[in-house]
Amino acid sequence: MSVDTATVAKIASLARIKVSEAEIEAMVPELNGILAWVEQLGEVDTSQVEPMTAVIPNTLRLRDDVIDADPLTGGNKRDAVLANAPAAEHGFFGVPKVIE
Amino acid sequence: MPDTSNSLTELGVAQIRDGVANGDFSAVEVAEAFNANVAAAQEALNAFIIATPEKAIEAAQATDAKRARGEALGKMGGVPIGMKDLFATFDVQTTAASHMLEGFKPQYESTVSQKLWDAGAGMLGKLNLDQFAMGSSNETSYFGNVISPWKRNDGGNAALAPGGSSGGSSSALAARLCPAATGTDTGGSIRQPAAFTGTTGIKPTYGRCSRWGVVAFASSLDQAGPMARSVQDCAIMLEAMAGFDAKDSTSLDLPVPNWEAALSGDMKGKKVGIPKEYRVDGLDEDVSKSWDDGIAWLKDAGAEIVEISLPHTKYALPTYYIIAPAEASSNLARYDGVRYGLRDLPDGANLQDMYAATRAAGFGPEVKRRILIGTYVLSAGFYDAYYTQAQKVRALIAQDFAKAFEQCDVILAPTAPSAAFGLGENVDDPLKMYLNDVFAVPASLAGLPAMSVPAGLNREGLPLGLQVIGKAFDEQGVLNAGLALEQRAQFAAKPEKWW
Amino acid sequence: MSTYRIQGATGDWEVVIGLEVHAQVTSNSKLFSGSATAFGAEPNSQVSLIDAAMPGMLPVLNGECIRQAVRTGMAIEAQINKWSRFDRKNYFYADLPQGYQISQLYHPIVGEGSLTIEADEKAGIPADKVIGIERIHVEQDAGKLMHDQHPTMSYVDLNRSGVALMEIVSRPDMTSPAEAGAYLSKLRTILRYVGSCDGNMDQGSMRADVNVSVRKPGDELGTRTETKNVNSVRFVMQAIEHEASRQVDVLEAGGKIVQETRLFDPTTGSTRSMRSKEDAHDYRYFPDPDLLPLELDDAFLEACRASLPELPDAKRARYEGELGLSAYNAAVLTADVDTFAWFEALLAETASAQGKAPAEVAKQAANWLISEFFGALNKQGKSLEDSPISHEQAAELLALVGKGTISGSIAKQVLETMFETGDNAGVIVEREGLKQESDTGAIEAKVDEILAANADKVAQYREGKVALFGFFVGQTMKAMAGKGNPQVVNEILKAKLG
Repeated sequence: MSVDTATVAKIASLARIKVSEAEIEAMVPELNGILAWVEQLGEVDTSQVEPMTAVIPNTLRLRDDVIDADPLTGGNKRDAVLANAPAAEHGFFGVPKVIE
Repeated sequence: MPDTSNSLTELGVAQIRDGVANGDFSAVEVAEAFNANVAAAQEALNAFIIATPEKAIEAAQATDAKRARGEALGKMGGVPIGMKDLFATFDVQTTAASHMLEGFKPQYESTVSQKLWDAGAGMLGKLNLDQFAMGSSNETSYFGNVISPWKRNDGGNAALAPGGSSGGSSSALAARLCPAATGTDTGGSIRQPAAFTGTTGIKPTYGRCSRWGVVAFASSLDQAGPMARSVQDCAIMLEAMAGFDAKDSTSLDLPVPNWEAALSGDMKGKKVGIPKEYRVDGLDEDVSKSWDDGIAWLKDAGAEIVEISLPHTKYALPTYYIIAPAEASSNLARYDGVRYGLRDLPDGANLQDMYAATRAAGFGPEVKRRILIGTYVLSAGFYDAYYTQAQKVRALIAQDFAKAFEQCDVILAPTAPSAAFGLGENVDDPLKMYLNDVFAVPASLAGLPAMSVPAGLNREGLPLGLQVIGKAFDEQGVLNAGLALEQRAQFAAKPEKWW
Repeated sequence: MSTYRIQGATGDWEVVIGLEVHAQVTSNSKLFSGSATAFGAEPNSQVSLIDAAMPGMLPVLNGECIRQAVRTGMAIEAQINKWSRFDRKNYFYADLPQGYQISQLYHPIVGEGSLTIEADEKAGIPADKVIGIERIHVEQDAGKLMHDQHPTMSYVDLNRSGVALMEIVSRPDMTSPAEAGAYLSKLRTILRYVGSCDGNMDQGSMRADVNVSVRKPGDELGTRTETKNVNSVRFVMQAIEHEASRQVDVLEAGGKIVQETRLFDPTTGSTRSMRSKEDAHDYRYFPDPDLLPLELDDAFLEACRASLPELPDAKRARYEGELGLSAYNAAVLTADVDTFAWFEALLAETASAQGKAPAEVAKQAANWLISEFFGALNKQGKSLEDSPISHEQAAELLALVGKGTISGSIAKQVLETMFETGDNAGVIVEREGLKQESDTGAIEAKVDEILAANADKVAQYREGKVALFGFFVGQTMKAMAGKGNPQVVNEILKAKLG
């Protein structure tokens, strides 16, 4: 499988990265080089193999349902949450107006 | 009183810890000495994104005060360290070496850095790295390349790569700007820079060190670890960094062994596996020779050498370059200019325009390349062919190791296929750059502990590293084999000071 | 089979409906963080560093949310998947801080199940019908955007971001707005019984994405549209009606239905295309590498099963069988948690107050609750939740009737006074002298008086005009200010009149 300029433009749009025509042109051969190289995986017979789900055998722990049990993972910290916001007003994050 | 500042910066973690505890020198003296080295080297090496001398002094004063009160000092008491700028540090700029996070001051501290401070370490500064830890030469940082303190012995003056992504860490260690530094390893980012700079680093078993508060690159691979100038120092620092963290669902709920206390270079009764697939055609002669040296040293230490096979080795890198970008494309979606970091809002831009402009301006070319690859391999119609297949091959790679470890206790291999290369030599060809991690990536994919120790210098006078890969949870086995190598390699070379 | 059809110019059309219901899981804290889930808090106050997707933040799963999802699955007799996994659904929007929603695409926690909607002739549901439920998965809710606070900006509030939702996906088994309404009501009832969702649709705790397509009877399925976030049973029915007839109009005019996302406008009862989401989606689902597979053991499942309450269908059957209630009364009393809870409390207290078995007083309690008490509440515009009297107070009133202390008609009057004053029934009866007179001597005396004063009518009665019996009862009761025990009055009158 290889990509063309239209595909690269579509991927960039999905990834929300603005790219110029020239950048797209440059990326096409680069991405195709990488894709052609990773496609050698197709050689491997994996018909009897389950995809890896956990690199080290381990199962998911369940947390107790307690509010703010650990201040590091709890709420009630609006100032900390908004501290680095490019636009914070009246306790909200501001973004360009969205029309739904 | 003799001027000890120069000799203090030659000391490692254990020596500083013990010297401070014994009152041979104060923690503040140590911090001041390293602070001075950091400042003096900044312009030439660019190892730090920001220096935080006041933090180092503050921690040192606390340690000295503790000692004065007769209290026990922590595992890292009085040791100033460099912190890779991928770890969130409270109210101290944390950038992942990206324009995207320039000026970002986390209102939280990563679990690993907090543990280090709790153990008595102090922060010299935030170390430069490849942007979002994506790179093998530290040439993708928004804040400029890190320069290795090493030079080739050809009389030339070519600036060399310190490796990546923990290139700030490795450069700073080799240049004696810090006695130890944190690193993170996703596909070799601790081991390859350690090998390039004649330093030592260990990536523990996936899940040993909490990922909480570490800027994510590829979640199923990312693992923090220590970098230092000796195996013992790595053991000490890893003890301080590791441990169960309920905030990280992939954290291992296991006690932290006392690795330092159990260190032993005696390999009697141990079997060392030599993977035949790593002996690739055209392997650098010096690398090949250093590997043979390593085999001889471990034999000398009492180990039995066995040939093993890791049949899917050649697929490890392509597997990695599907899984890591796929995870990264999603992990980096949060950088959107809404809640923190850069916002690029062109006139008249709507929300989606703002995202696209912000991400175009904030991410460097290698980060964009990987996001695009990752987006593509996850996209409709391609997911199974790329991502599912890669996770299946990854399972096969892990099985290879499991089978090999039925025959041996640790595996010995080169860390990297070459010594450090010159800056700019590989930047035009991403694939060539990716090949740097060919020996490092398999252990990452399998989540296994692996370390690099310096083995000697090549013909150009540049360090080469040897890699020890162990069974899951067997950091002790890895450290012990590393120690056996270290004791015999007697690596004492250091870069001549030119900065 | 529903007979609901849309009559178009070219003939009749069938409607095919599937619902994806998002139900907020009842939990104290969020699905992957410790921040609170309460409704109506200050903006961004219930937001953790995790919910705001700060760099390096990681999710840790809330066990209660999993327990609730499993219990819900059990309540719809669904397959519970002991191995499930969380996936990331990737897309960019200002209410989605991570740039992905953690959801379950490939391996949901709950598989195939069903629920039964009851026959309702009036609504056009001729017989009970089983509606298939394809799956239930657990996922994160998004934050909220406000568009009217600033001339050029939208404001983002992340309080809801990361709250646990169950997405309950039905099969396209419904064929009329009434069936869809009945399905949603029944589902809400079950969730409220189980306690896994409070069902507050006006607070957004439960909302439905409505999938609608139309076809000529016997044809293949048509192209469907999805109307998002409809938040009441009535609106769901309206949205279906509007959307189905819109689709018929489009098709009959020679057009094609576009598979798209639409919005429901409650003020007009119509749907419209949602422009901002027209962008072709490619969500790039993949397993969340920050989380491991979720494996549930038998002990966990057993504990979930053991904690399930009696469910609506079982309760209804028991009310009819054991308690002998009418089908109608049983349906009304089991329709909601508040109602059956009130009824069961009332029943227990009524039985104990009268020293009888619950089955013996169940009809009395049910009839009174439905015909007297609901009416009285309605008149005041109140519901059981804000009832001015407690079930203890109601049980005391019913006991007074049951023991013959007051009559049924006096009881109505007492209830009114209870509503006004909040006083207990016994106090009111005592204070206002409403106690029923059962003393035979006193009643005999009154009856003698009445019979003496109406000798002519007594004669007529004895000649065969037995209809006059009612007249004598009425006169006696009037003379006793309504407090004569009607049974005793009847008996004495019968005896005296011969």
